[in-house]
Amino acid sequence: MSVIPGVVAVNTFREAVRDRVLYNLIFFALMMTGAAILVGGISIGIERMVIINLGLSAISIFGLVMAIFIGVGLVHKEMEKRTLYSLLSKPIRRWEFLAGKFAGLLLTLVVNTSLMTLGLAAALYYVGRPFVLSDATILVAVYFILLQLALVTALALFFSCFSSPLLSTLFTLGMYIAGIFSTDIHDVGMFTSSLAIQWGARLLYYLLPNFHNFNAIAAAAHGESIPFALIWQNTAYAAVYVALVLIAASAIFSGRNLK
Amino acid sequence: MPSPAIEFLGLTKDYASGFWRKRLRRSLDNLTFQVEEGEVFGFLGPNGAGKTTTLKLLMGLIFPTAGTARVRGRSIDDIAMHREIGFLPEQPYFYDYLTGRELLDYYARFFGYSPAERRDRVARFLERVGLSDAATVQLRKFSKGMLQRVGIAQAILHDPQVVFLDEPMSGLDPVGRREVRDIILDLKRQGRTVFFSTHILSDAEMLCDRVAVLVGGKLQGVGAPGEIVSMEVYAMEILFEAREGRSLPSSLSQHEHSTQTGGRYRIEVPEADLYAALDHLRASDARILSVTPLRPTLEDYFFRLVGRGKAVARDAAEVASR
Repeated sequence: MSVIPGVVAVNTFREAVRDRVLYNLIFFALMMTGAAILVGGISIGIERMVIINLGLSAISIFGLVMAIFIGVGLVHKEMEKRTLYSLLSKPIRRWEFLAGKFAGLLLTLVVNTSLMTLGLAAALYYVGRPFVLSDATILVAVYFILLQLALVTALALFFSCFSSPLLSTLFTLGMYIAGIFSTDIHDVGMFTSSLAIQWGARLLYYLLPNFHNFNAIAAAAHGESIPFALIWQNTAYAAVYVALVLIAASAIFSGRNLK
Repeated sequence: MPSPAIEFLGLTKDYASGFWRKRLRRSLDNLTFQVEEGEVFGFLGPNGAGKTTTLKLLMGLIFPTAGTARVRGRSIDDIAMHREIGFLPEQPYFYDYLTGRELLDYYARFFGYSPAERRDRVARFLERVGLSDAATVQLRKFSKGMLQRVGIAQAILHDPQVVFLDEPMSGLDPVGRREVRDIILDLKRQGRTVFFSTHILSDAEMLCDRVAVLVGGKLQGVGAPGEIVSMEVYAMEILFEAREGRSLPSSLSQHEHSTQTGGRYRIEVPEADLYAALDHLRASDARILSVTPLRPTLEDYFFRLVGRGKAVARDAAEVASR
């Protein structure tokens, strides 16, 4: 097993930290503090639900912004600044570089999301309720957010292997939005008599990442349990999808002439 | 029989240009020559000659249209080849959020050294390029010369047998250039092969065992600087001072190749006319400071080739436009 992706990953994480990427945590902390104080004063009985909804949505949005905007620049920045020239003269394969970049950003997102989850727990504690077993659903929802972020990061990396950062951002964002509605796209195919549309809808359904199943924010806010089967299914789905996207990205990047 | 350090085997690179109608532009044309182990080899050519393209092909940053190259018998497609080489890109740019020590430590990790060996190597090579005092300074605060030096350190950190340097003296002050020259000579003493591209011909003349000249993507010649330029003396240079109150014969003072700075004169005469010119000077009681034979330099050769290359390109353009 090559250790090279790990070396690149640690450096990518260090870059994110030194570029003050984790400063977004300050905004998150301020937002959660404000929300906890405000909600504690006005919404009697539903504080927990509001805080969980707000907290998890913020974790998801902050993570998405980071995954897309940093993800599309991971490869492009190294090409533009020509840091890749000296790096690729070392015994490192291009796929190892890509895998390392992906793992480095994922590590950054895991650290960022974990710290935000701690902030959410602190806000929940502040609005006054001891933690109960059903709160574990919040952790499952956070885990699903992380799986989504891994998918988005892989897509951003994939697009950045052959298009500009601006186009890569648009493509990734488009895939994310379409992925949320992938079940609806599938259903559209069911309600038409046109065979072409049926096949087209089905193809899109299987090609697009299915983000619909990763949304557990409402379940967490209402304290509903999430079946284990869904956890395994989402984990396996994300792992396979990410692997396929990264293999495709490596194939494209490995054949590319660097400027 | 040991393989040569570097073998170019018909290396060719075309670039496509244009959006709709793709046209191919040949950047490197059938490059074929060898560099032997232990040589300091200069790769010369004007801007746009294809020097950087060649180095990028060797590093696997771009892929050849035709042909290939081998380094110490290994194909450039072989990842193991990268263990044997070091590379300094032109105008190097490194991760500016890292310190000098962190950068070298990062690169050292790709060679599988133990932490103790990494620490030792990094300290040794920072010392070697004179950056020990800046080890903990972030690269964003480095001057151009310091970046070039850390670039050289990363290229030789793993003791590669073949070192490729793309314009290593470019943008350096005289002190920096001398330091780079010393490092190249030091590598030669250790038996390493150094292949460097440059357009500073005096450096090539001073350092290289052999040079290759590339113009418009085509190899124009390979050989020792002394072989490439004719060693024949084309003129003699006489440097002298005129005595006060004594006039010089007009054949010398108004010589077409004569220049005067204060009381000092410099003239160029054909070798056959040297003694006659010296007799004139003795008769005028001039003080002869030096007599030097003039030979064509690599620079003269280079300019001749570049001029010829431009003329060929101009003729080709004229033919195409008819």
